[in-house]
Amino acid sequence: MKFAVVVFPGSNCDHDAQYAAEHVLGQQAELIWHKDTSLRGADVVILPGGFAHGDYLRTGAIARFSPIMQEVKRFADAGGPVLGICNGFQVLLEAGLLPGAMLRNANLHFHCEHVYVKVEQTDTPFTLACSTTRPLSIPVAHGEGNYYAEPEVLARLEKNRQVVFRYVDASGQPTAAANPNGSLNNIAGICSEGRNVVGLMPHPERACELAVGSADGLVLFESAVKAVSERALATSR
Amino acid sequence: MRARVFVTLKPSVFDPQGTTVAEALHTLGYASVKDVRQGKYFELEIDAANSEEAKRIAREAADKLLANPVIESYRIEVDAAQAEMAR
Repeated sequence: MKFAVVVFPGSNCDHDAQYAAEHVLGQQAELIWHKDTSLRGADVVILPGGFAHGDYLRTGAIARFSPIMQEVKRFADAGGPVLGICNGFQVLLEAGLLPGAMLRNANLHFHCEHVYVKVEQTDTPFTLACSTTRPLSIPVAHGEGNYYAEPEVLARLEKNRQVVFRYVDASGQPTAAANPNGSLNNIAGICSEGRNVVGLMPHPERACELAVGSADGLVLFESAVKAVSERALATSR
Repeated sequence: MRARVFVTLKPSVFDPQGTTVAEALHTLGYASVKDVRQGKYFELEIDAANSEEAKRIAREAADKLLANPVIESYRIEVDAAQAEMAR
């Protein structure tokens, strides 16, 4: 199967995502420039971390107009699995593929550290191989990860089980101290109503081998591989 | 014609930058400054027949790009003196 990793001017985790898919998991992974107009038959699309267009105006605000985003939207609307990591999550919010917006971290610090993230939902293409009991240790690296949505939107997200990842402490409790940025309800990541579009602030691609301190992020990529093969099986029946 | 667009966070949205600036002002001794809200300011030079058209274009620009309606609101001013001269 094939991953497409979109490269915006200012993306800087594109190669990490490609490495995780290609070298750690042994899948195909192609970097696709934001001005391209084709995803070249990819089964999974990743919008990587970084600072697309220098974060000018607002994070992700300019990237949403990149030509490739039309294709990403079409792919998502057709049920294709799309993962936005950090800046990629911010792009998905600005593009309207996920609800809500990002504010500056509540304490204004750029947080670059390992956090614990609890996977609450396993019926998304990026979490179906995850455990909901043991929190993942994966790093965050952002200045604007303070997730915000209007009260009725937030209530709908919770009701529809669209909160996929939550910041927790080592024992799995979503405490205020475990929340690095002040995001509402300790939200670290959400999915679309169709559940195929997932965005999260932590960086699973930076935690795919024990040599870098944690391999907890790999399960998201493994989930995507499993989801695509199950989808292929379902359509071939 | 010049349109000025002021983008600010909605009153219900927490503004960590504004709060920090307010704290800095308090440190400088300005206890009378009760609150600071930080925003963005845009000047748009618009080729428009009249100020109504300029305002309409600026509003579209704000709705589509300059402001994020989830967290921000905006206010538009069109330079009246310039608008008169342009006529």
